Amino acid sequence: MILSAAIWIPIVAGVLVLAAGDRNPWTRWIALAGAVLGFLVTIPLWTGFDPSTSAMQFTELRPWIQRFNINYHLGVDGISLLFVLLNSFITILVVIAGWTVIETRVAQYYAAFLIMSGLLNGVFSALDAVLFYVFFEGTLIPMFIIIGIWGGPNRVYAAVKFFLYTLFGSLLMLIALLYLYNQAGGSFAILDWHKLPLPLGVQIALFFGFLFAFAVKVPMWPVHTWLPDAHTEAPTGGSVVLAAILLKLGAYGFVRFTLPIMPDACKHLAWLMVALSLIAIVYIGLVTLVQTDMKKLIAYSSISHMGFVTLGFFLFNIYGLEGGLVQMISHGFVSAAMFLCVGVLYDRMHSRAISDYGGVVNTMPRFASFMMLFAMANSGLPATSGFVGEFMVILGAMQQNFWLAFAAATTLVLGAAYTLWMYKRVIFGPVANDHVAKLPDLNYREFIVLGLLALAILWMGVYPRPFTEVMHSSVSELLRHVSVPKQ
Amino acid sequence: MKQLAVIVAFAPLIGALVAGLGGRWITRQGAHSVTIFSVLLSFLASCVIFVDVLKGASFNETIYTWLTVGDTRFHIGFLIDRLTALMMVVVTFVSLMVHVYTIGYMADDPGYKRFFAYISLFTFSMLMLVMANNFAQLFFGWEAVGLVSYLLIGFWYTRESAIYASLKAFLVNRVGDFGFLLGIAVLLAHFGTLDYGTIFAAAPGSDADMTLICVLLFIGAMGKSAQFPLHVWLPDSMEGPTPISALIHAATMVTAGIFMVARMSPLYELSETARSVVLVVGAVTALSMALVALTQYDIKRVVAYSTLSQLGYMTAALGASAYSAAIFHLMTHAFFKAVLFLAAGSVIIALHHEQDMRRMGALRRYMPWTYWTFLIGAISSAGIPGFAGFFSKDAIIEAVHRSSTSGHLFAYLCVLSCVFVTATYTFRMVFMAFHGQPHFDPEHPPHESPAVVTLPLVLLAIPSVAAGWVIGPVVFGDYFAGALPMVEEEYHGLWAFMAHGFVSIPFWLALAGIVTAWYLYLKRPALPKWIARQLGPLYALVERKYGFDELYAWLFAGGARNLGQGFWRFGDQSLIDGLMVNGSARVVGWFASVVRLFQTGFVYQYAFTMLIGVVLLAFWFLRK
Repeated sequence: MILSAAIWIPIVAGVLVLAAGDRNPWTRWIALAGAVLGFLVTIPLWTGFDPSTSAMQFTELRPWIQRFNINYHLGVDGISLLFVLLNSFITILVVIAGWTVIETRVAQYYAAFLIMSGLLNGVFSALDAVLFYVFFEGTLIPMFIIIGIWGGPNRVYAAVKFFLYTLFGSLLMLIALLYLYNQAGGSFAILDWHKLPLPLGVQIALFFGFLFAFAVKVPMWPVHTWLPDAHTEAPTGGSVVLAAILLKLGAYGFVRFTLPIMPDACKHLAWLMVALSLIAIVYIGLVTLVQTDMKKLIAYSSISHMGFVTLGFFLFNIYGLEGGLVQMISHGFVSAAMFLCVGVLYDRMHSRAISDYGGVVNTMPRFASFMMLFAMANSGLPATSGFVGEFMVILGAMQQNFWLAFAAATTLVLGAAYTLWMYKRVIFGPVANDHVAKLPDLNYREFIVLGLLALAILWMGVYPRPFTEVMHSSVSELLRHVSVPKQ
Repeated sequence: MKQLAVIVAFAPLIGALVAGLGGRWITRQGAHSVTIFSVLLSFLASCVIFVDVLKGASFNETIYTWLTVGDTRFHIGFLIDRLTALMMVVVTFVSLMVHVYTIGYMADDPGYKRFFAYISLFTFSMLMLVMANNFAQLFFGWEAVGLVSYLLIGFWYTRESAIYASLKAFLVNRVGDFGFLLGIAVLLAHFGTLDYGTIFAAAPGSDADMTLICVLLFIGAMGKSAQFPLHVWLPDSMEGPTPISALIHAATMVTAGIFMVARMSPLYELSETARSVVLVVGAVTALSMALVALTQYDIKRVVAYSTLSQLGYMTAALGASAYSAAIFHLMTHAFFKAVLFLAAGSVIIALHHEQDMRRMGALRRYMPWTYWTFLIGAISSAGIPGFAGFFSKDAIIEAVHRSSTSGHLFAYLCVLSCVFVTATYTFRMVFMAFHGQPHFDPEHPPHESPAVVTLPLVLLAIPSVAAGWVIGPVVFGDYFAGALPMVEEEYHGLWAFMAHGFVSIPFWLALAGIVTAWYLYLKRPALPKWIARQLGPLYALVERKYGFDELYAWLFAGGARNLGQGFWRFGDQSLIDGLMVNGSARVVGWFASVVRLFQTGFVYQYAFTMLIGVVLLAFWFLRK
């Protein structure tokens, strides 16, 4: 029941918010209550989780469409658990962050975020392929609306690009799902599919079917160009959810579908995935360096960081796989924090251009301190969450090949270069212009949001052990499963 | 000892948090009281541990498990042996002195509390680095000191040159860390653990490529200890406040690389190739940086180049397997270089932030305490027998002389000729700043600094002389027994060592250097300019620091930006977005526009088309 609550409480709250309407003074409070309640119900998942087993926990199974053997089947293991928690946590922050910033269509704004939050929890806990697909596609709609309505001047282009890119990707996946349904003798149960014996040729075909859907979401080079546009046009909250959670769907798909269902194809095509990941790390790292728009810069840096996730997954060792998962969680915190920081500046100056800023530290010292922490986390400094995942993936890469680790480790220099160079130009220096001179420092609401993220980032950097210990059993089982040929 | 070790490391962290996050709740006085108290506590606890360790105790335990990956566990833990204990005492002592000095130096600065928070945070990071018992924690300390160094170089964040220097320092250090992390990853891939003890025990018989590991780790040391060619960040780091230059960029952080290699001596002893690289890099750094020091006029920059050169000495000693000599020089250098920096800072404050030596002169009459302490530091640095610097430097030169690592002859020539250059540039400073005619503004004559400034100077000047006298047990005796390999040299006691020093080449070279400086900068002050003119481009090359700044700015900073622009404009915008994404959209659009032509809405056109179709079909069927 906990998982159903995690899915439906935010959705119901979203509907209530819609019903309450824009002018109702309680609209924001209902949204906040829904988000907080949605987070609170997920806490028993963490406290009641049994890390010694790789089996699905908190499962729920009800028939949905019996004609096609489609079930409402939910459950989490050590891999998906953390994403449900992350998503519910981020939703609270998004609700608080938009409190005074959003003035038009308030109810619809909050409803979109709450419904999306519920759908995202659905994606991470669905064990039935059709249920997964419905949630997976369902998340597109609120995000499309968020970018299209509350976005920047070029929002329509960005929204349509986002929608078409991702929709096109998932259509191929739908075909793959239907094929697997037939192969499994009329079952959409994902866990049954894991055990299907499939010849290598079929695996490879299916691999590419899923690849496009997931690669677009991650996003992997070269299907990444929708992300910078979507991020720059999206409102702050949209960027936060997009970077922190939506990008994780693709990577999650790799661990839930691609690796266990097509292990032989994965090993056969690992070189391709590793190459694309390294391109993301190095090529995108260089592209990030020359961005002049803060949001675009952080968007590109997200792509580069997600390269570590896909690299880790296709190393087939425990360092890589756990490192990739840790990197996903960490990136959820860090990218959210970075986008919120840009949001804080944008709300005051209505500009995202780095050249419009300079010397912000003089007028916003508290903000500058927070952003320094987040910038360091983005550069992968030890004692922040950003280090842990990258460290583990580099260790994992070295187990395979020196030059692989070498290429991955360039992020140590590139990541620091693009993040701190931006920080220097925006935050340091003398006051650049009259607008900067008038900037007010963080208000208490912004302080709470950034403070919560700072605590999360430091906790995960100083004591990451609880995060990896919940995933050990599931990851070990997955690696064991992948190592046995299926054909 | 566990409780004491935890106090040593974490007391400064708590001090830093209180001073840094206290905000309005804590006054300026509160900030410096709490941080000085915490560092004092840390220093006293270090001393207790040091005494324990002298009695033969040692400590190697886990504090908590940081991360588990599969069956591998990564810990936070402390290894305290004689090497660590010595470093702990040096670090906390210098840090304490700098804390006290800062009260006077930063008295008028609006960032007073922030500054104390930073230097306490630094002390914590440095202690985590030296006390680590595994590579993961070592890397944490390694990066954390880099972070604080970055924050402190850019402390005056409105100064363009300072924030540029801080970014440069962080990035150059990151290049070193890149190698360092790869070295750690290779170690884990081979040994399955990052604990020092296990790796040192397993290393001799393993098939791991020790040369690769040691060279990678050394790249990290080159970044942190500013060895050629990753030295470019250290001179610019002088943009930070002077107490920082003394604490971080002379006495402690920059010696982290030296400490690390000494700590890894069981690994370096397994690869002669790696030691040869270390030896040659150290020797090149020592001589080339000393030459640059001769051409600079900014007093802090001269001391900075002198630091680079001395770090080169330590590195060369490591390459010659004289680890204890390197650590010994690290210690004496920490004291005499801290004196030089802090005394230079005293001069700078007295002259209202004037750093150019051409606008100083005759200061000894105005600032006697500063002058005498600076002079002690200078004599120690030049290596005159009896002073601390002499003992450690002589031990290094002798070790390089006796070394059989390939490249030792070249290294010996470098370190030997460097003695002359060192004495020359050091006394060039003394004579230009404190002797001769006054060149500062006569309206505002300088006066001696307050006691919070001069007291640390005196307290640091004492070990700048006396620290050398323990050379017997530290370098040649059994102090480091079990922690570092022994140096095998003849040693017949302190007095014999000094007596031998008076008749050996380095002493006469140092003396010649001092006389040269006296002749050039007091007797015939016009001569240096004439020599510079005669040397022409050669002088310009040295003065421009061999052009490394320009080369790196063009090659790496510019190259990366151009590459990034190229990938972005051509790869992302033209190829992927232009051709593939919008291109396929355009193809669909074009196809639709063609197909649209058929949907005219005129019935006669549809009828005519149908007619043509019927006729064609009829032909086709009839043909059969």
